[in-house]
Amino acid sequence: MLAWTIYITFIGVLVLMLLPRDNARAARIVALLTAIAGCVVAFVGAIQQANPGDVTTIVKVPWIPSIGANYYLASDGISLVLVVLTGLAAVSGILFSWNIEKRTKEFFAFYLALIGGVYGVFLSFDLLLLFVFYELTIIPKYFLIARWGSTRKEYGAMKLALYSFVGSHLVLIGLIAAWVVAKGQLGHASLDLIELSKVAFPIAFQHWVFPLVFVGFAILAGMWPFHTWAPTGHVAAPTAGSMLLAGVVMKLGAYGCLRVAMVLFPEGVREWQWAIAALAVAGIIYGAGVALVQRDFKFVIGYSSVSHMGFVLLGLATLNTIGLDGAVLQMFSHGIIAGLLFGVVGRMVYDRTHTRDFNDLETMQLGKLIPFAGVTFVIAGIASMGLPGFSGFVAEFQVLMGAWTVFPKLTILSGVGILIGVAYTLRAVQKGFYSDAPPKAVDHEHPFEPITVAERFGAVMLIGASLVIGLFPGLLMNWIEPCFNSPLSMFARLLVKGGSQ
Amino acid sequence: MNHWLTILTLVPFLGGIVIAGLGSERKNLVRSLALATSLIGLGGALCMWLHFDAKNGGLQFVEKFDWVSSLGIQYFLGVDGLGLLMVLLTAIVTPLAILASWRMDDRPHVYHALILWLQAGLFGTFTALNFFHWFLFWELGLIPAFFLIKLWGGPKRSPAATQFFIYTMVGSVALLLSFLAIRLATGSFDFIELAAMAKSGELATKLGNVLGWKSQIAMIVFFGAFLGFAVKVPLIPFHTWLPAAYSEAPSPVTMLLTGVMSKMGVYGFLRILLPIFPDQIRQVLTPLLWLAVATIVLSAWAAFAQRDIKRIIAYSSINHLGYCLLALFAATAVATGVNNSDLQKAAALDGALLQMFNHGLTASALFLFVALLERRSGGLRGLDDFGGLRKIIPVFTGLMGIAIFSSLGLPGLNGFVGEFLIFKGVFPLAPWAAAISTIGLLVTAIFLLTLIQRVFCGPLNESWVKMPDFTTAERLLVLPSIALMFVLGIWPQFILGAVDATVVKLVQQLNF
Amino acid sequence: MNTVNYLQILQLAAPETIVTLTVLVVLSADLTVLRGKSIAARFNVGALLAILGCVSAALLAFMRHTEANLFNGLLVVNPSSDFVKVAILALTVFTILISTSGKFTDHVGEYLSLILLGTIGLMFLVSTEDLLMVFIALEFASLALYILTAFNKHNEKSAEAALKYFLFGGMSAAFLLFGFSLLYGISGSTNLREIAIGIVGKGFDPLLLVALVTTVIGFGFKVAAVPFHLWAPDAYEGAPTPSAAFIGSGSKVASFYILAKIFTLGFVGVEGSAVWHGYLSGWMPVVAIVAALSMVLGNLTAIVQLSAKRMLAYSAIAHAGYMLLGVLSNTPASASAMMFYVITYALTTIGAFGVVSVVEEATGGDAIKNFAGLSKRAPGLSLCLMIFLLSLGGIPPLAGFIGKFFLFSAVVSVGSNLGLLWLVILAIAMSAVSFYYYLRVLKAAYVEDATADAPAIKVPLLTFLALALLALLVILFGVAPGLLTQFL
Repeated sequence: MLAWTIYITFIGVLVLMLLPRDNARAARIVALLTAIAGCVVAFVGAIQQANPGDVTTIVKVPWIPSIGANYYLASDGISLVLVVLTGLAAVSGILFSWNIEKRTKEFFAFYLALIGGVYGVFLSFDLLLLFVFYELTIIPKYFLIARWGSTRKEYGAMKLALYSFVGSHLVLIGLIAAWVVAKGQLGHASLDLIELSKVAFPIAFQHWVFPLVFVGFAILAGMWPFHTWAPTGHVAAPTAGSMLLAGVVMKLGAYGCLRVAMVLFPEGVREWQWAIAALAVAGIIYGAGVALVQRDFKFVIGYSSVSHMGFVLLGLATLNTIGLDGAVLQMFSHGIIAGLLFGVVGRMVYDRTHTRDFNDLETMQLGKLIPFAGVTFVIAGIASMGLPGFSGFVAEFQVLMGAWTVFPKLTILSGVGILIGVAYTLRAVQKGFYSDAPPKAVDHEHPFEPITVAERFGAVMLIGASLVIGLFPGLLMNWIEPCFNSPLSMFARLLVKGGSQ
Repeated sequence: MNHWLTILTLVPFLGGIVIAGLGSERKNLVRSLALATSLIGLGGALCMWLHFDAKNGGLQFVEKFDWVSSLGIQYFLGVDGLGLLMVLLTAIVTPLAILASWRMDDRPHVYHALILWLQAGLFGTFTALNFFHWFLFWELGLIPAFFLIKLWGGPKRSPAATQFFIYTMVGSVALLLSFLAIRLATGSFDFIELAAMAKSGELATKLGNVLGWKSQIAMIVFFGAFLGFAVKVPLIPFHTWLPAAYSEAPSPVTMLLTGVMSKMGVYGFLRILLPIFPDQIRQVLTPLLWLAVATIVLSAWAAFAQRDIKRIIAYSSINHLGYCLLALFAATAVATGVNNSDLQKAAALDGALLQMFNHGLTASALFLFVALLERRSGGLRGLDDFGGLRKIIPVFTGLMGIAIFSSLGLPGLNGFVGEFLIFKGVFPLAPWAAAISTIGLLVTAIFLLTLIQRVFCGPLNESWVKMPDFTTAERLLVLPSIALMFVLGIWPQFILGAVDATVVKLVQQLNF
Repeated sequence: MNTVNYLQILQLAAPETIVTLTVLVVLSADLTVLRGKSIAARFNVGALLAILGCVSAALLAFMRHTEANLFNGLLVVNPSSDFVKVAILALTVFTILISTSGKFTDHVGEYLSLILLGTIGLMFLVSTEDLLMVFIALEFASLALYILTAFNKHNEKSAEAALKYFLFGGMSAAFLLFGFSLLYGISGSTNLREIAIGIVGKGFDPLLLVALVTTVIGFGFKVAAVPFHLWAPDAYEGAPTPSAAFIGSGSKVASFYILAKIFTLGFVGVEGSAVWHGYLSGWMPVVAIVAALSMVLGNLTAIVQLSAKRMLAYSAIAHAGYMLLGVLSNTPASASAMMFYVITYALTTIGAFGVVSVVEEATGGDAIKNFAGLSKRAPGLSLCLMIFLLSLGGIPPLAGFIGKFFLFSAVVSVGSNLGLLWLVILAIAMSAVSFYYYLRVLKAAYVEDATADAPAIKVPLLTFLALALLALLVILFGVAPGLLTQFL
């Protein structure tokens, strides 16, 4: 069932390519229907999965037998969470890009191709297949930004593409090395993640290959100091592009770190645990600090993404159940919230005011002119600060709890990061929407276009998702937790003793 | 199973949503609806007060369900005397604040919705007994307050609001980190369970075992939580956000801030810090008492130095809550050689509870008067802007005088009983602290009398000759507060009767 | 000495014979029947004939399952070499298809027959194990390629490129011949297997070393590996685009096949080792250095190119570096991985050159800026271009990625201790670099806008079909590489 998320999305791409060139409306509708269908399938499939703790095979057929590659799609609880996230992000992204007029059909074709690749990554349990989908996302990403973006779009797009590509090549090196070593141990070639997760790679080997693969993925997760693509990429991207970048693409990196790097090389993680945590916290604080002094509204959100992804990495580094739970939940939560923030800034504000400079926005009193945007941003900001009631809180809360046992000092430091987070969000709310600066002489004869129905739907959907998960985290926790708790799971050898309980 | 508390919290919350949806055009409907909602809240609180079994010091109206079982999160509501008292205070102050802002014309739907959400947050905070649940409301209260200051405040509202928010968040984050550590060590978020563990000494052991750092960890965790509440109350030196926030906020909002929100901090001390960290408090009791004393004395001096009426009352708020904290800290002392130490502790805590309620009532009334004064003066509220108003607006002068005297603790008015009980309890337990704190009493009297002197007496400031006196509506508005001041001054048993059993239980909890 | 059985020769060399006959048919048809017709008609008919010949030769080579060894290795036929021939013939067909729309010459018959003649040389090249035959076939093919390079008489660059190519080629032939003669002197034979036996136990004769190095140099020129690559960019740029495509594809497949054969069959015992911290002198370290230099220099230089053809030339140099990795790891797995890589690379390159040639015809130049707005002017064509370039860059699920994966994993598998990983790391790092310059062309095509009045580009149907087919193959071999690997 879940595999249809991938197929439907790619069918959507094909249909879009066959549409006549100038029918923007048809392109939008096809894209929206495809995304909704994918989202529904994701939801239904996720709910139907009986025991999220186990890996449930969807399809497994030999693909390239000579190297042990299978076409192997499967899902466990973590995949479910992220697949559902992708569904939500896809739909809302389309709603927030309803106003794309320039080459609409191509835009949505690239958009859906990206989504399809993302679904594929989250459902692949074959290393090669996962890698294929992972790289498949790079190209649409590039074109979405370079073609439909703003502010230094070509630079941002190229930077993002090259960073992703370099990262994935680091992964490729590790992947090939691991394949060779595993072949020696197993006696046959295998790329099956579950099989590989049982291979005991030599410790010295793990020590050097783990950082390679982990950093390769973590580049896309925005790990400091490899994060620099993120702010420029986010800023350059069109609204839907930044929503997807922050919403799901950064999750690809984090997911890869967890599903591939950590699962295959548990000894490597243990060796580098401190370094990862330190970099994560550096990212949390650095991202927040830089966000505090930006003048460009989108840069604030871009750097905040770096900061929030730091929590994901911190959670991964804890190596205990609760921290990992939190990390996965944070992936979901940040996907929703960052998507919403970018939606507000990119679509509701920038597309109307054509500026993202705080100095200009300050004089516009947007809180009064487009109150819906103001309120949405405030809610998203609150969620992003990690105030309780929203998904960010439950997630960061578990990450911090997991981190307490392992790195108490770093945990306290990351508290500073949260505080700076509060500060930059307040600053953004203040400067962006509710400034006291005297309004400039009105240079718009036309009032701003009112917030459209599509935008309202998108915003409400994302806020709703964040609230629901914030108040009933159990909905997702029931999927995530069994994955880490089961002694038979692929994560079992990752978890150190003396975890949370 | 009953759902009193859930309903009580939901009513203002939903009311806020409905009002926000009405739009800015139907101003009167918005106001009436807001008032009606808050009156329903008041009615509910009074009903509960009547149904409350005062003999029973334990929790009542309990609701308890599993929420997120894997994280130890429960939906756990309940009130004892303390909680109920705070709920009642919230229910009383909110309608007053809504009435006080009746003429507010700028986006009234948002304004009133925010006030109602603030009320919901307060109700939630005072009734939740599981950290997660409690923290949700603790923060929920913060956001409406921020926007009320930010959007409707005075000229320097933006920095004031930001400062208020950031300070509180610093405390909240520290608090959060501490509770995460506790949850990690004990597996529980339940305040009641945690208190039981603290009493048996299990808590500190577990913290040490799970988190390492042996003995210090409990202290670090305590300080995290302490910071959270100390900022909220506030204790000197964590108070610097307060004068700006109180004076920049619109006066009705200041009523809520000082009347109820500041009680969140004291409530936190009583509900959380005292039962869960008695050992830690005892270890650093002397510095804590010094902090309380410093708060009392310095804030009184600071108030003396102010020129803005709102700031004066703001600093006096710090001062009054300082007494509460003095009582709380003293109540944890190991009282060797004090006769009837339990009795003294009970007196101190009784006094603290009473003082909380009284201060909520009096301070919000004072800000209400300031609001009414500002309405007449066109926003002026400097100490030197007025003079001799007694002759022009005698009724106003009289009623505000009552509130001021209540605030400085004149016998017969409510303020006296609380402070008396506090000093009665604290003197035997921590004599030096009580002795120094009396300076605070003295200075308070001085600056409040100065206030009366400068504003209402002396030569008449000619520009205010046309100032109108109280209208009937305004008289009715301030009447309930004034009446309650007298009632509680004469018959404190009204409150004490309800909280006594709770206090006795708390004292038992502290003795081991 | 047996008597020569000509019938047997003819039988074993049937595919080559068919192609030879086709050459005659094409030439005579062009000179007789088609005289006076328009260039397009001549191209179409000639191409049809040539393709018919190639296809029938390919079918013949594909269907027969013969193993034979004539004249002590002079002519060797086995399924593996037959399959390579099929590949070469297929590449020839595609080359012909993309040249049909060309306007660079009016000597259609000669042009087509030269391509076919070159093909014949390449076909003989892959079916021999004898140095003498290797040399003859190589030179035969090269001669055709030199002329093909010079074929655009209206363009000075074409002549210059041809001359350069010719001079370098001649020099490389000299080197090769020198090396071969030394080998013959040492071992007393020109047959590869006998050479291997002859040099066993000789240890490191300085003469053998010289022979090794000169052979590497000779082939280094042929496959355009650094530092013997200098002719390539000019030749690719100056030659008519279809000729460049042929140089970059068919000739490359054959050269690598025979290169691997010479080293793995002929130089047994003097491999040496190129593993990290385990260096042993022999041919492997020499090839390793050449490979590493090619990867680094090819990729880095490609970044700054402004002409698409020059960029493709440098990328060809870089790819030669990757392929050399396959040669030097010297296992059956790596050999088959290398052939997979070379064949898919050749298909992709022809495709890329095909697109370049269309763009060149339409816009008058091959600079990267001429690609601006291509996605709007010719959506189908630019989609093909995207597929080819991404495959060259190694993006899954295209053939280029799977090829790299096969190749690199085979190379890493060599030995016990991941000894060649350093080369693979270098290769992967460089391939990450390569992504940049491929993306630059795609950026021009998809992101930049053409000048406002730029008309839609009309793509000749035949060429477009060929390109679409190539693109499909690139995808197909990427998604289902088993289709190709089963023959290698």
